[in-house]
Amino acid sequence: MAESAVLHAYGYLTQPEVRFLDAAVERLIPTDELGPGARDAGVTCYIDRHLCSAWGTHGRNYRSGPWLEGAPEQGFQSRLTPQEIYRIGIQEINEYCRAQHDKPFDQLPAARQDEFLKALEQNKVELPSLSSKLFFDLLWRNTEEGYFADPMYGGNRGKVGWKLLGFPGVASSAYNAHLDNPEPYRAEPVSILDIQMKQAQVDGQGFAKHIMLKQEGGK
Amino acid sequence: MATTRLKPVDAVVVGSGVVGSIMSMELANAGLKVLCLERGRMIDPQTDFVMPYVHDELKYDRHSDIFQNLSRETITFRNHASQTALPMRELGSFKPGEMVGGTAAHWGGNARRFLPHDFEIRSKVTERYGKNFFPEDCTAQDWGVTFDEIEPYYDQFEHIYGVSGKAGNLNGEIREGGNPHEGPRSREFPNPPTRPTPQGQLFAKAVAELGYAPFQGPAAAMTQDYNNLYKVMLLECQHGGFCSSHVCAQGAKANPLTAVLPALYKKENFELRPLCNVIKVNTDSTGKQATGVTYIDARGREVEQPASIVVLATYCFNNTRLLLLSGIGKPYDPQTGRGVVGRNYSYQVGGRVHLFFDDREFNPFIGGGQVNTSIDELNGDVIDRSKLGFVGGAYINCPSAGASPIKSKPLPHGTPRWGAEWKKAVAHNYRRTLGVHIHGSCMSYRQNYLDLDPTYRDANGLPLLRMTFDWHKNEQKMAAWMYERCVEIAKAMKPAKYHAHAIPAKYSIVPYQSTHNIGGAVMGTDPATSVVNKYLQSWDVPNLFVVGGSAFPQNPAQGPTGTIGMLACWAADGIKENYIPKPGPMA
Repeated sequence: MAESAVLHAYGYLTQPEVRFLDAAVERLIPTDELGPGARDAGVTCYIDRHLCSAWGTHGRNYRSGPWLEGAPEQGFQSRLTPQEIYRIGIQEINEYCRAQHDKPFDQLPAARQDEFLKALEQNKVELPSLSSKLFFDLLWRNTEEGYFADPMYGGNRGKVGWKLLGFPGVASSAYNAHLDNPEPYRAEPVSILDIQMKQAQVDGQGFAKHIMLKQEGGK
Repeated sequence: MATTRLKPVDAVVVGSGVVGSIMSMELANAGLKVLCLERGRMIDPQTDFVMPYVHDELKYDRHSDIFQNLSRETITFRNHASQTALPMRELGSFKPGEMVGGTAAHWGGNARRFLPHDFEIRSKVTERYGKNFFPEDCTAQDWGVTFDEIEPYYDQFEHIYGVSGKAGNLNGEIREGGNPHEGPRSREFPNPPTRPTPQGQLFAKAVAELGYAPFQGPAAAMTQDYNNLYKVMLLECQHGGFCSSHVCAQGAKANPLTAVLPALYKKENFELRPLCNVIKVNTDSTGKQATGVTYIDARGREVEQPASIVVLATYCFNNTRLLLLSGIGKPYDPQTGRGVVGRNYSYQVGGRVHLFFDDREFNPFIGGGQVNTSIDELNGDVIDRSKLGFVGGAYINCPSAGASPIKSKPLPHGTPRWGAEWKKAVAHNYRRTLGVHIHGSCMSYRQNYLDLDPTYRDANGLPLLRMTFDWHKNEQKMAAWMYERCVEIAKAMKPAKYHAHAIPAKYSIVPYQSTHNIGGAVMGTDPATSVVNKYLQSWDVPNLFVVGGSAFPQNPAQGPTGTIGMLACWAADGIKENYIPKPGPMA
């Protein structure tokens, strides 16, 4: 498959950070009977690559002071960049877990990890340098992105996110004729990566040529 | 810094978006030597936006380099004057553009006209309900033009942007299938309406049962190959989604890049200069005549460009900011209510009811930003407002905008935000949901305004624009009533579940709402309450025209782009027909 070209190599994340993220994203989107979860979809790899992009240092954000906390309606006001939020956040979370349970987050049982993630989400974990909700919201946002973005960004391996939804990826020019047709349009998803790797075909305008799936009853 | 002074041109147009491109075209057609200055980079749609690479939600919706780069310039925001405004550090509520083609390059293509009522709302509402019907602090006012006056310019814009639809009112005759509440059209739309999707058909059936008249929303993505007024060919839309926030790779969505600039580039009396950030409109010693503009180029050099006519054609924020930075017009003071520049900033009220079906499946990824089935009975002044107790209205629609997988996965209330139950719900609902959306007006208020921030500065060291804005009771009352109507519609569509969004108590700059910011340099008939006259000409500096969303005195319910394009055609015609023959104040 095309994604085999994507190495398990990390440009920004350290190994303890990789272990944390593999464990955390697997709780956020778990592997189950519906298909692979976020870990196997490569979401940690996605986050790593994303942190290496201009976004990782908030390259397009306004970054001049004074830095005031402000009201929630005034939006993101942290002086930390995403790179810093992950680096500092994971370190402080693991220290917290060690103090409470003698183990870093990734070695806790799944149920305890879920509880801990909920506490982060509800801003109930006091971390020294940042709000736990800020960390959780960023982690969840990136997990969802990595699971559903084009596989060329390192996540959504095997297009598992798109298969879960029934989203066909790059559009087909057959959509126009199907616009007012109530029949479900079910196709094997096509990614930009597939097209770049010549594992999917495009028509003269560059639209994907979809291979239609047989109708399945019930699902 | 030494300033380079260039040779004069007849007209300098600041911004190459929906207004700047059309005004450049029209003024060049009149024989003027036109220079268009754009802060963003040059775009070649043939290489910048191609299939399949444009079908990338992460790149274009989340991290697009066609949106404003906030590291150089942003705005600051607060709800109330008692707070300290803080910089908008990342994009959220709205997405202004930064490239040749401007914000309109990534619009969704909803190309609606405002209602005749909207242009005369102060007079009409006062006439029908008495002068105390407006909230005391509401500064809504008439535009200074009537619908009949500007109808030909809507028509002109629609024939540039290839707008599709069916006339609901053709020269006063009400016609089935169109919007019966629209102002009279002088002729039919240039292109036939979009075909209703199964979601739209379901909505149409339900609203018809409730006594509404459904119609297909006017759209600026081509419903057939179309050769426009400027002899530019636009191709039929394939409804592949990836539409709003994206630039169409087929050139099916009309925008400055696809509908206007290809014709403009052929003109010898036109020049486009990208990567030039205008920082000031220069005036002579009297302050009553513009001498040109000053900009900073890509190498950081300060350049003075003299011109006989200056047109500010940027997003509402920058039109207002440039006036404030240039000291043109009296800045608005919310304490006294005096002054005009920055006055009447407004936005729009959005809302939605999500419906979830167990027995129906849709193809939510098929569609485009402009495909929707709408009703207009709740808009303008169709229903007697005396018992409702609010000014303004909304149009309601059911869009098939092309549901992309990262952001378009609404889930029933009570679904966990993550984990196994979330995953099940996402798998079940993505193809079984649709939305009934509210697009509501927003009046202007004494407390909502734009001025220069005292603390935060842009990359050039100039003060950022400061926005002070919050929702008012009138709009919250309107939204609550609209939600009741939408829930009735939702129930008639017989979903398994539905829920309505809550009406926020305070405006937040965080979640995306709409790129429909308006006001700050409004048009009108009285220099005490407007920055420009009805021809979009500055009251203070007659050879300066300030054109765009900045001129709206308040925001009606429909998307603003159709009216912004119309104002560009109207202002250009005024310059050609009245100003050039006899330069000076036109009103």
